[in-house]
Amino acid sequence: MNPGSSLLATLIPLPALLPLLGAGLTLVLSRRPMLQRAVSVAVLSVVVVIAALLLVAAVESGPVVVTVGSWPVPLGITLVVDPLSALMLLTSMTVTLAVLVYAIGQGVYDRDEDTPITIFHPTYLVLAAGVANAFLSGDLFNLYVGFEVLLMASYVLLTLGGSRSRVRAGIIYVVVNVVSSLVFLVGIALVYAAVGTLNLAQISTRMEQVPPGTALAIHLVLLTAFGIKAAVFPLSAWLPDSYPTAAAPVTAVFAGLLTKVGVYSIIRTETLLFPDSEVTRTVLLVAAGLTMLVGALGAIAQADIKRILSFTLVSHIGYMIFGIALATPLGVAGAVFYVVHHITVQATLFCVVGLIEGVGGSTSVTRLGGLAKASPLLAVLWFIPAVNLGGIPPLSGFIGKLALVQAGVVDGSALAWTLVVVSVLTSLLTLYAVTKVWVLAFWRPADQIPVSEEPDQDEDEEADEGDEDVPDGRERTTGGLPGAPTPRSGVLTQVRPGTARTIARAEANSGAEVDWPVARLAPADSTPALSGRFLGAAGDTVSSRLPRVMTAATAALVVLGLSLTVAAGPLYAVADQASDDLVARTPYIQAVFAQAVDDRVAR
Amino acid sequence: MSSPIVLLALVGVLYTAGVYLLLERSLTRVLLGVLVLGNATNVLVIVAGGPTGAAPLVGRAPEETMSDALVQALVLTAIVITLGVSAFLLALIHRAWTLDREDDLTEDAEDRSVRRRLARGEQEDEEELDTTGCETVGDTDPEDTETGPDPVRAAAGATGEDAP
Repeated sequence: MNPGSSLLATLIPLPALLPLLGAGLTLVLSRRPMLQRAVSVAVLSVVVVIAALLLVAAVESGPVVVTVGSWPVPLGITLVVDPLSALMLLTSMTVTLAVLVYAIGQGVYDRDEDTPITIFHPTYLVLAAGVANAFLSGDLFNLYVGFEVLLMASYVLLTLGGSRSRVRAGIIYVVVNVVSSLVFLVGIALVYAAVGTLNLAQISTRMEQVPPGTALAIHLVLLTAFGIKAAVFPLSAWLPDSYPTAAAPVTAVFAGLLTKVGVYSIIRTETLLFPDSEVTRTVLLVAAGLTMLVGALGAIAQADIKRILSFTLVSHIGYMIFGIALATPLGVAGAVFYVVHHITVQATLFCVVGLIEGVGGSTSVTRLGGLAKASPLLAVLWFIPAVNLGGIPPLSGFIGKLALVQAGVVDGSALAWTLVVVSVLTSLLTLYAVTKVWVLAFWRPADQIPVSEEPDQDEDEEADEGDEDVPDGRERTTGGLPGAPTPRSGVLTQVRPGTARTIARAEANSGAEVDWPVARLAPADSTPALSGRFLGAAGDTVSSRLPRVMTAATAALVVLGLSLTVAAGPLYAVADQASDDLVARTPYIQAVFAQAVDDRVAR
Repeated sequence: MSSPIVLLALVGVLYTAGVYLLLERSLTRVLLGVLVLGNATNVLVIVAGGPTGAAPLVGRAPEETMSDALVQALVLTAIVITLGVSAFLLALIHRAWTLDREDDLTEDAEDRSVRRRLARGEQEDEEELDTTGCETVGDTDPEDTETGPDPVRAAAGATGEDAP
């Protein structure tokens, strides 16, 4: 082993290790918000750089392996970086970093330094560590641990603030994910009983001797577990239910990463452990088609942008499953490219929704209008990722879909052709869903927004809570929708100014809930600082009211999405190489066992 | 070596009970179901480790008679994880209780609106969606979406929707 690769090997654990250490540090620094933010950003930036280095190394010299604690290979935990995991790691960590900056921007903008949301940064870093661990793991049980780490963090992030809607969504989310983890654990037990190892490379060689029936049973158990986590159709109902309730940055990072870890696990098990399985091929193809259709139809039926996006998220998981199910180099490459594209674009869209919420005071298309006039920049930020998601030609969404369609056509079976038709149809339906948002929220003149009735008594109470200092005149200028009928503010804007959209309180989802300790802890005189500066700042034009840091982070994500288009050639080459390695299987297995030989030599 | 039929039977019974509890509407029972399922899985992992044997300590027993130490390590990890998750779930349930004084999972606003829409026909569609988005008043008070639609608003919502 040459010194260069051993240096690289020492880098491999860092993407999981650094965020964990950073989490500890930020927890200690919970009284120093500035330092906390600096540490989080620094840690994730370093991780992005490391991920980039690992990707270069993995592409140039094949999979890099490190055995944790230098235990010989089948015994110890191995961490493997092949082009697939490095690509996933780089994409996800870049998006994580951008969303972190967005979240910090939101925190700064809403002036929530005084509200105790100290848990956000540590949890966020733990989430990053779990994701990195899952991507790097070369061991089934370590993958499980990675999942649990990221899920545990996600439970906390999803329920930040503990409002009614979040607790409700959180309970469902936790129970569903606990069950899926248990199914995964059952799968691990079955694998261990069948082949006596949990090292992925070793399983793949030993699984060939397992009777086909047993192998199929194990395969389906693992597929069920990952299918729940990746939100593949019959197992996807939890996602649109829970994601939309969380704060915008949290939803963005969830949408970008969590389901993709499930997709990554499916790619890994399908290609490495169970290649050439006809039964699951059919099952996966059917599931992929249904996922696309049901998700897209769900998206059309919704009126809330967050829900629309959650359904498109489910729908587009179908594309990746389609590519994986084909199990050809072409199909898997398409799936890998699509994962990269989708992580970026979905996170971007959820970030934009956070901005829309700030400018328009709502995320429901029935209450929004005139946004394009109110904030052209916001319109651009929405439009680019939206058409990208819909698959309009020059953009990366089109390239990914084209690759998958091509793979389906090359495959040529009846089911594959059906899937090609379904994927094109889904692309159109997605386009319809995002265009509906565009037409209603951005193009519709604000004075055409349906006038709402008198506020309910309930909302009057909430309005009394913190709105005394917000005169009606200011109310009227709120929302950034010049010309919007005033009664509109009856339902929403009276609630909103009093309830700052801070991450911790984040009561936007629930109206105000003042019985929660966080709210009580907020200083009594903090109402002006906390009252929505998004809505209240007078005099400025609306576009300048877009919070700078949040907008910059979102713009960075949009640019990242565009750069995927510009750099589609090299990126696709990497995806191709990753998929060749995956389908061939030998590079991965050889790399792991070469490590075993190295270790023995070293002894 | 005998197959651990007793343990396997135990796993079966625990899974049955766990699934039954999990499907209950009461959150406390759901939690119990999670715990039972977790234990069932732990036992299953232990069974996966093969026949029982001597304690896996070097020097105490010949290596062939030792039981598999790996599964025990796995189960320890799994127990810790289940413990953490259960504690969190318990906290959530407690929070739900302090909010609503109810042990049942409150219904999704979206589900409610879908059901009402079905009952009423499609006319009030848009208005319903209007009040059940994720940042709505819908979950502030479960009752306030029951106040019924305002025809003007519903009609306006419908026109708005028809725009595209």
